[in-house]
Amino acid sequence: MCLAVPARLDQCSPADQTAIADLHGNRVEISTALIADAAVGDWVLIHAGFAIARLTEQETAEVWSVLKDVINHG
Amino acid sequence: MAEHLKQAQIWLERLRTAAAKLDKPAVFMEVCGTHTMSAFRCGLHSLTPDNVKLLSGPGCPVCVTAQSDIDQMIALTQERDAIICTYGDMLRVPGKHGSLEKARSQGANVQVIYSTLDAVKLAAKTPDRQVVLAAVGFETTAPATAAAVKQAKALGLTNFSAMTSHKLVIPAMLGLLAGASGGASGGGGAKIDGFLCPGHVSVIIGSDAYQPILDQYNMPCVISGFEDWQMTRGLARLTEQIGKEKACLVNDYPQVVTPAGNTHAWALLTEVFETATVRWRGMGEIPDSGLILQDAYADYCAMRKFNLTPMPDRELGQCLCGQVITGNVTPAECELFGTACTPINPIGPCMVSAEGTCQAWFKYKRPPGTTPGTTPGTTPLTHDKVEVSA
Repeated sequence: MCLAVPARLDQCSPADQTAIADLHGNRVEISTALIADAAVGDWVLIHAGFAIARLTEQETAEVWSVLKDVINHG
Repeated sequence: MAEHLKQAQIWLERLRTAAAKLDKPAVFMEVCGTHTMSAFRCGLHSLTPDNVKLLSGPGCPVCVTAQSDIDQMIALTQERDAIICTYGDMLRVPGKHGSLEKARSQGANVQVIYSTLDAVKLAAKTPDRQVVLAAVGFETTAPATAAAVKQAKALGLTNFSAMTSHKLVIPAMLGLLAGASGGASGGGGAKIDGFLCPGHVSVIIGSDAYQPILDQYNMPCVISGFEDWQMTRGLARLTEQIGKEKACLVNDYPQVVTPAGNTHAWALLTEVFETATVRWRGMGEIPDSGLILQDAYADYCAMRKFNLTPMPDRELGQCLCGQVITGNVTPAECELFGTACTPINPIGPCMVSAEGTCQAWFKYKRPPGTTPGTTPGTTPLTHDKVEVSA
């Protein structure tokens, strides 16, 4: 349940602290209320619809390698 | 991939070298459902030396939730005009009168949400219905509930409320250690030599949060990521600390875990919630281990809104989930495991949740002779007994 997945922010709405994130090809609306100064192009870790941390692109690739394993063998 | 395998080999070798120096077996505990599944999936248990054991602790949110809280959430479906919004994990957890899934099949309005804000949106769209967010979870998930309650208040919604069982991981870890050493709080966890600390909970609480575990119990703690080599590295670092005079906290997930954690999330949590003594499955009541709504948000408490009285806690018959999540028994020691209790027909929450220890064992470590769909006292169905008509 504490699983978190990385995504890139494609659109940000600072006024209502939401963003459209590219989650491995899926565009989902998320909340950016838990991170400061969210900006388009940021890589973030998403848990239950909320960005909880920022990532670098390299870290994102590492996390996805684990998730692919989960998807393939879960 | 090559680098990944190289890292795995390096840390496995370090783990074996450290294990060879041990005078007695070392037992570590992970406190994260995602670690539980990751360890089983990559075969970590079979790769570790025989004298290093990794137990699963109270890291699966659904599994640690007291039966009374689960019963209460399912009883909510009796409120005729209420729409219950919950995470998918909760849907199949059995309560006194079925599950949320069963209640839905009988006509209750139970909706699975991805984000708590979906429940707020639903409440705004359906002003003539009460929307109740039924959520469990640790510090990773609790900020999402806090954000939803705060947003509902900001929107002036009077048809939104929350029934939550949010828990804090550090008091549970301290409770387990107190129980294992004969202390008063937190019922008797297994005796352990170190913690493999949860990665994503640590994103919120920060690495400094583990200091009381070192200060009070001189217990090694390693915050780890979820890849196979990262977990192997965590075990190696824990094993290397055995026998050292002073235990250390190692943050091996610094990409996303900072010393102070996510301060925005903490600010939100402390604005909406306050700590309280709450009941855990298998561990009883632990002081200041749960989150309840502050008085300023009392109008959003479903218990208050529907004038409900707390239900008494109860045991689930022969189910040993309470002892499984404290590391005292393995799923295979439960008579129900793999016979009466399977992922299709779960009896306890550890078999329901995709992060539960029993489901992990069922998927990856099911002992021979246990077959899905059979009941205790019956002979498991085997292929040679299946008659196939032409």
